[in-house]
Parts: sequence; C-alpha cells; structure tokens
Amino acid sequence: MMKTPAWIQIDRRPSPSGLTVFAISVIAILFALVMAGLFFEFYGVSALRAYGYIIKGAFGSRLGLTETVRGMIPLLVIGVGLVVAFRALFWNIGAEGQLLMGAVAASGIALFSGIPSPWLIPAMFLGGFAAGALWGVGPAILKAKLGINDVITTLMLNYVAIYTVHWLILGPWKGLTQRGFPYTDRFPTAAFLPMLGGTRIHLPTLAIGLVAAAVMYFVVKKTRVGFEIRVVGENPDAAKYAGISQTKITVLAMVISGGLAGVAGVGEVAGIHHMLFNPSSIALSYGYTAIIVAWLARRNPLAVILTSFLFGVIMRGGDVIKISLGLPFQLVNVFNGLILFFLIGSEIFVRYRVRFGTKKETA
Amino acid sequence: MSWESWVISTISRTLAYGTPLLLATLGEIYAERSGVLNLGVEGMMIVGALTGFAVASQTGNPWFGVLAAGVVSGLFSLIHAFASVTLRANQVVSGLALTMLGLGLSGVIGRSYEGRPLMHTLDKISIPLLEKIPVLGPAIFQDQNLLVYIGIGLAILLWFVLFKTRIGISIRAVGEDPATADSLGINVARVRYLCVMVGGVLAGIAGAYLSVAYRPSWTDGMTAGMGWIVIALTIFAFWNPISGMFGAYFFAGLFVLSFRLQAWLSPELLKAMPYILAIVVLIVVSRGTLQKRMGAPSALTLPYTRGED
Repeated sequence: MMKTPAWIQIDRRPSPSGLTVFAISVIAILFALVMAGLFFEFYGVSALRAYGYIIKGAFGSRLGLTETVRGMIPLLVIGVGLVVAFRALFWNIGAEGQLLMGAVAASGIALFSGIPSPWLIPAMFLGGFAAGALWGVGPAILKAKLGINDVITTLMLNYVAIYTVHWLILGPWKGLTQRGFPYTDRFPTAAFLPMLGGTRIHLPTLAIGLVAAAVMYFVVKKTRVGFEIRVVGENPDAAKYAGISQTKITVLAMVISGGLAGVAGVGEVAGIHHMLFNPSSIALSYGYTAIIVAWLARRNPLAVILTSFLFGVIMRGGDVIKISLGLPFQLVNVFNGLILFFLIGSEIFVRYRVRFGTKKETA
Repeated sequence: MSWESWVISTISRTLAYGTPLLLATLGEIYAERSGVLNLGVEGMMIVGALTGFAVASQTGNPWFGVLAAGVVSGLFSLIHAFASVTLRANQVVSGLALTMLGLGLSGVIGRSYEGRPLMHTLDKISIPLLEKIPVLGPAIFQDQNLLVYIGIGLAILLWFVLFKTRIGISIRAVGEDPATADSLGINVARVRYLCVMVGGVLAGIAGAYLSVAYRPSWTDGMTAGMGWIVIALTIFAFWNPISGMFGAYFFAGLFVLSFRLQAWLSPELLKAMPYILAIVVLIVVSRGTLQKRMGAPSALTLPYTRGED
C-alpha cells in the first residue's frame, strides 16, 4: 500500500530498545520545539530568547521551579492511571471529567460531611478516588459487555461532568458567603492540604502520584494482573483462551485510571482553590494534556514522572511568556499539538527501521 | 411576549444555532463513513472562525471569508489525513492533536483581531411568499442567513450522494470493509483523504458562520465546545446526513430552550443532553441487527494497509 521510492528502505523493527525509543522521542520533541519557535518569530521575539525565558522561568528561581511542580502534580497522578488504561487498550479520553467528579466528591465531603479534622482529608481522597473511578467504570462496562466505543463514551462524560459542576455551583451548592458568585463556600481549613512551605505544591497529592508511579510499575511489570492487562490490551482473543476475564481487567484498569484522575481533582480543589467553582479553571485541560504525558511515557508508569515534569515546564512556560513577553498563553496549545503530532509521526521510526540509500539485499 | 412570538423566535434561533452544528456534522459523517474518526472538529471549526473573520474584515466581503475558511480548514484537516491514513497513526491521538493545534494557532494568530467589529456581515434574507405563512413563515423563512438554507440543501445533497450514487457506495465500502473495496479497485487512501477534507471544509465554513454571521466578531475559543457536540451528533444521527439535519436542530433546540426554560428546568441538564443522548444511542444500537443497520462503520479508526489485517 505504502509506495516508497527506491532510495528509502523500510524494515520492521521487531522490538525497539528503550534507548532507541527515548532517542526518537527526544528528537520528535526537538522538532516540535523548532516548529513552535517559528511562532515566537511571528511575534517578533527571537525563539532562542523566548526559550531562554522559559527555562529561566521554570528552573531559575524557587518560585519558578515550585510552580512547575505544581502543574506537574495533576499530570503525574492522571498520567500514571492513563498508562494503565492505555496498556489495557482502553482509550480513556475522559480524565478531564473524572478529575472534575473527584473534585465534586472532595468538595461535598469538605463542605457537608462534618467528618472531624484528622479524618477529613483522607475521606476526601477516598471519596474523590471513588467518584473518579465510578465515572470511569461506566464506559469500561459498556465497552466490555456491549462493545461500545470507549473514546466516545469517556469523551461525552467529560461534558456531563462539566455541566454537573455548573449545576452544583449555580444551584444546590452555591455559596452563601460568595456575594452571588457561582462558587461554593470556602472549605473549612481542616480540608486544606498541607503544602510545601510557602509554595503551591500540595504534598499529599504529589506523594500519591510518586507512589502510584512506583506501584503501578511493579504491578504492570511483575504481577499476574499486570500480565493480564497486557494480554487483554495486546491480544483480546488470546486473553479469552487463557481464561482472562476481559470485563474484570477493563473495569480494574478504569478503576485505577478514573480513580487516580479523581485524586488529581481532590488535589486541585483541596490544595489550590479551596472551593468548587468554574470547572474549566479547575481542570485546566489537565485531563487532555495528561494523554500526551502518558503517550510520551510509552506505557511505562515510572517514565510518567519524567514526562509529567516536562509538561509542567511547558505549562509554566505558558505563564512565563505571557507575563514576561506578553505573548498569548494559547502558545501552550500550539506546543502540545505540535509535540503530539511529531510523536505520532515518529512512531513510524519506532516500529520500522528507515534507512536511506539503495537496497543491498532483497527482504 | 405572546406565545406565538415565543414560538417564532425559538424556532428561528434554533435554525440559526443549528446551522454550524449541521454543517460540521455533515463533514464528520463523511469522514467517519470512510473509516476515519476525526476528533479535530473543534480545532478545524475555530481555525475556520478566525480565517472567516480575518478575510471578511480585510476584504469587506463576508462570502470571501466563508470561502477562505473552507479552504484553510480543508488544508488544515490534511494534517489529520496524513497522520491517520498515510502514517497509519492513532486517529484518536491525531484528532486530539489537531484540536489542540487549532485552538492554539487561532488563539496566537487571532489576538490582533480580538474585540474588533466586523463591518460587513452576511446579510439576512427572507424568502418571498413563504415568509407570509402564519407562524412558520416568520419562524423559518424570515431574516435567516443564506447559509441556513445552504445547510439544509447540503444535507439533502450529501445524503443523496452517500446512499444513491457510486461515489457514496465507494465511501461506505471503504469505511465498512477496506480490503474488499481495495480489491474492487477503489483507492482506499484517496477516498479517505477526500472525505477527511470534506469534513475540514465544512467544519471551516461552520466556524466562519459563527464569526461572520451568528455573532460577527472574533474571540479566542469562540467555538466553545461545539466541535464536541458535533462528535456526539454524528453518532446520534446514525451517520446519516438527513438524520444529522434533524439531530442538529434538535440539539440546537435544546440549547435555545436551556435559556428560555430556565425558570422551570435546569439549563445544565438540557445542555448536557446531547452528550447523554449520544451514549444512550450507542447503547441502543449496540445489539444484533441494529448494530449492522445503524451502527458505526465497521472499519472506523482502523488504518488500512494492503495485505495486512
């Protein structure tokens, strides 16, 4: 089907080494950065200078570095879960909605449960995990039992979640002390997450993300369940013959993925905002950006620590170029889109060995 | 307000709001019928909206804006076609990337157009005689944009092409069973490229409708999630252009009513309806014979290479 000129050789690469994959990914990102650099030039700002600002803004000061980590936290927590879902070949595009439902559960518990202080935060995390998992399990069951497309159901539920939050903050949960703004009341201080001194890094969520990355690495690499997830993802027919329940595995993968996205939502409302309000300001497209984070990590939960940090830098970079250079924050979306395209474009170099020059032997 | 004028203005606004949904949905139906899911609708629409506004304000002719939007978004959609057809990349990821890129590019490039008024917008027209019909006349045939009627005409035309012509058979064959289509001499890649482009052109025109007719202005992110309603609508319409038309007006009606019935019904519930209904439809058609007759094209999201599965 794909006709290639005689001077290009394409052979299948049976199992690409980790180093090859890493190198190809880095090159893909560099290409995307060069392309994105053209937009700086479009605004009359030298690309090198702009990247200099971004690096200085993301690493050059305590504030910069901690803000980078702050943006990294939800991407890490969600990304680890998405890696698990993607391994089971479940297309969870619904992390944005699962995050919001986690935020809803945490807000409800913080505002109305009356749970005393040492137990309040754990209850919020548990509730957030459960709500996110619940939002994710529906599509898992629909896919496993009825064969319904997971991309569409998870995507649609994002909007149901967005309107649920709108309904709550305009209706039953509208705060009495917010002067008519569509916010819930502020959480009691017992519901505030402990922070790294003077920063916006909420420690419990960061810890959950790091632990989840390590645990999931162990689970997918070393355990029976991890093996079953892989079989269901790579070869559903083989899974059937091996007596692996596809329903069980898909649901389990989505409990983890949805639940972790829910935890990210808890972190955002309990760590940063301390109330429930405009859903797009809470979710900040973390649920979509985390798809790139997970994709770039190439199915490795530990690698998510690295890739989520990279996208933390990019998000921080968006703030920096907005404040220091007066450029639109939307450049972040250009970055994300370009990186994603170059990554999927580079996939062909991962799967195939491409050589230039005339053929020496016939395959 | 008398109930009569309430009905008239509700229907009239439903047509106005339903038109961009309809145009973009017709395009997505063609892309998906050929086997390519394009989640980049939101991105293609916003690129069209900016192009339409920019060209209309530079040239002073809104129709140039509409045309340019179709061309630019059609070209923009080629990125997705290249990734998913030629590179055989994952269509979900590629489509999401297209949306991110479209939102980003339009936000970056469009900043200088923000807040500017548009001098020449699409004229509203009324259809003589028909506009005299009581209630229906003013509701449907008075003070609408020509694009509203072009949308209806296109729905009928594209339905005819898809189900009554050889071209349509080829498109559906490529989306259902590309290997067989290939063996019958149909160029699978070409059909898919063209269908994705039809999707891009129509999404671009839909975007331009927003920025030169519906709300003549440019604001960052002005498509406000419409592209995702289009994804839902494509399913809701069972991938059929005529159902797509009724579906677009139905969803638009829900949107208009969500403002007008606020006192009685939660507007959030009505706004969430399109997404809930899309899931319900998928559940209903997931069984047996319905799946074959009304379900998604069998090869949707599957890349095709001759001689491979």
